[in-house]
Amino acid sequence: MPLNPIPKTLFQKLWDRHVVVPETAESPAVLFIDLHLIHEVTSPQAFTVMEERGLKVRRPDLTFGTLDHSTPTLPADETGALPYATADAARQVEQLIANCATHGITLFGMDDPRRGIVHVIGPELGLTQPGKTIVCGDSHTSTHGAFGALAFGIGTTEVGHVLATQCVLQRRPKSIRVTFDGALQKGVTAKDMALAMIAKIGADGGQGCAIEFAGEAIRTLSMEGRMTLCNMSIEAGARVGIIAPDETTLTFLRGREFAPKGNAFDAASEDWLSLKTDDGARFDQEVFIDASDIRPMITFGVSPDAAAPVDGTTPDMTAEAEAYMKFKPGRAFAEETVDKVFIGSCTNSRLSDLRAAADIFRGRRVKSGVTALIVPGSEAIRRAAEAEGLHEVFLAAGAQWRLPGCSMCIAMNGDKGDPGELVVSTSNRNFIGRQGAGVRTVLASPATAAAAAIAGHIIDPRPMLEGSS
Amino acid sequence: MPEPINVITSRTITLPQENIDTDQIIPARFLTTTTRSGLGAAAFHDWRYQENGEAISNTPFREEDRASHKILVAGANFGCGSSREHAPWALLDFEFKVVISTKIADIFKGNALKNGLLPVEIDPDTHRYLIENPGMELIVDLANLSVSSPNGGVNANFVVEPFSRRCLLDGVDPMGHLLNQDAKIAAYEARRVTYS
Ligand code: SF4
Repeated sequence: MPLNPIPKTLFQKLWDRHVVVPETAESPAVLFIDLHLIHEVTSPQAFTVMEERGLKVRRPDLTFGTLDHSTPTLPADETGALPYATADAARQVEQLIANCATHGITLFGMDDPRRGIVHVIGPELGLTQPGKTIVCGDSHTSTHGAFGALAFGIGTTEVGHVLATQCVLQRRPKSIRVTFDGALQKGVTAKDMALAMIAKIGADGGQGCAIEFAGEAIRTLSMEGRMTLCNMSIEAGARVGIIAPDETTLTFLRGREFAPKGNAFDAASEDWLSLKTDDGARFDQEVFIDASDIRPMITFGVSPDAAAPVDGTTPDMTAEAEAYMKFKPGRAFAEETVDKVFIGSCTNSRLSDLRAAADIFRGRRVKSGVTALIVPGSEAIRRAAEAEGLHEVFLAAGAQWRLPGCSMCIAMNGDKGDPGELVVSTSNRNFIGRQGAGVRTVLASPATAAAAAIAGHIIDPRPMLEGSS
Repeated sequence: MPEPINVITSRTITLPQENIDTDQIIPARFLTTTTRSGLGAAAFHDWRYQENGEAISNTPFREEDRASHKILVAGANFGCGSSREHAPWALLDFEFKVVISTKIADIFKGNALKNGLLPVEIDPDTHRYLIENPGMELIVDLANLSVSSPNGGVNANFVVEPFSRRCLLDGVDPMGHLLNQDAKIAAYEARRVTYS
């Protein structure tokens, strides 16, 4: 036995466990995939290829489908018909239902209480587990890395590869460790950590890399917060964001529908807790951020790295961003008037996010002229929020309470802003036109977004939090 | 399966902007399609058309250039954002064959290679020269991994992941390559540890 085994990073351990055929100079590694999540937008063409080539789905038992991107967030009409934005959107949903039926894949359909945004339901159902490889035709698959899983987004051609072989061809990416030392100030959230990190390293700062998040502020973060952070790692260009599993992870997973039960859970836990970076393991790059310095953040440009503390003024930005956003360098953010507020998406639509928003909305009214849309990430979250009466807080404040889905994050389902409107959004992308043609998007945490809905302009949420419990 | 690529000789269209994301390349509202064909109409849609559907004059994308300008030169971090393969499908249907930048986003790069759109990352000096000289003719040679101009003013090299390069040059099929690993996949499945 070697006395000193070579120290490995968490990423390396996860990778090594899933190598079916090792990487060579000529060929990428063949990696086995433990969980394949599919949704209606990026899967139809992959199923078409399967049919054209006469292939069967190799592991329908490791494949799960949900409907989220094109689905309405308003209820069915009297005839039971859902208000799809277009006939194409309805057809896309029909096609996933048919494809899952043909291939024996479990689908969380429109009437299933387990349905929701793909990156919300995976963890919620306990499908997402430490040590697994998880892929989905969706870049925000990095979310699942919060559990110490190796999770990354793939394209539709690769969706076909996984359907047919349960494997992907991958080159091992470079690694970065981002250490958040210190403790977060009151009123500062994982979303603010994510935006602060992206502002620091840039929208391509993690290009193609696997980022491991570490440090005191990560260990004290809830699973929801860890998911928000890993979700946003793609906005720094990274493929993967991961956090080593710990007691917080185990507590979250225990008792979930697809998590191991009883003794199997104990055996799994022992293994899962071993999934951490060894002392002395080397990363290609190390980044250190003092968590206690982070203030509530917002974006002001058209790329997520254009982010700054909400209580400040607009920094200099590209001419293109300035022309589109109409923010003036040097002007206080608090002077920017808000038209819509969107609280939802796989970044910030979980119960804790809704509670944070409700703490701001409670006893206050949405500013007249502002539309506030609150969209839970899943059916389970919707039910839990309603059981706590959060929906009553939102409705009493004059906000809208919708059915689960991606909604205004990607604006495919008819929920969108109008040209020129300023939308404060808890989603992950402020790209030009992302929330509708001509829409100006500002990314923020649920508290900051809710505070903007109340004030009618961008505002630091912390004073409003003082007054709440 | 994409057509094999070897040498592409064509003119450039230049977009100096950095961080051109996949929502620019194809806006999300066009993603409700269930096929991969015909997406050229949606390529850079909101750069080409006003909200009322009228064509915007003065865009870098001119109808008369389509057959002769198959090389897109764009600013750094091209293709960032979503994993939608619709982005390379739309560019290919718009008749682009090559995208050149100093940095091309990772998932987009992989998707492009799988569909026969060649992503080329070159040095900043050559890139600056290309951006300053829109419409110039370039020879992109995948076998030699070189970008050059007929008059010799440009001479740069690039790197392509070797397996993807082989797939594009020789028409190797990645799905076939994976299907051929069946026995190894089965052996892996047999030794795989699961907990539930
Ligand atoms: S909520 Fe937004 S980012 Fe998340 S999966 Fe849906 S569209 Fe993608």
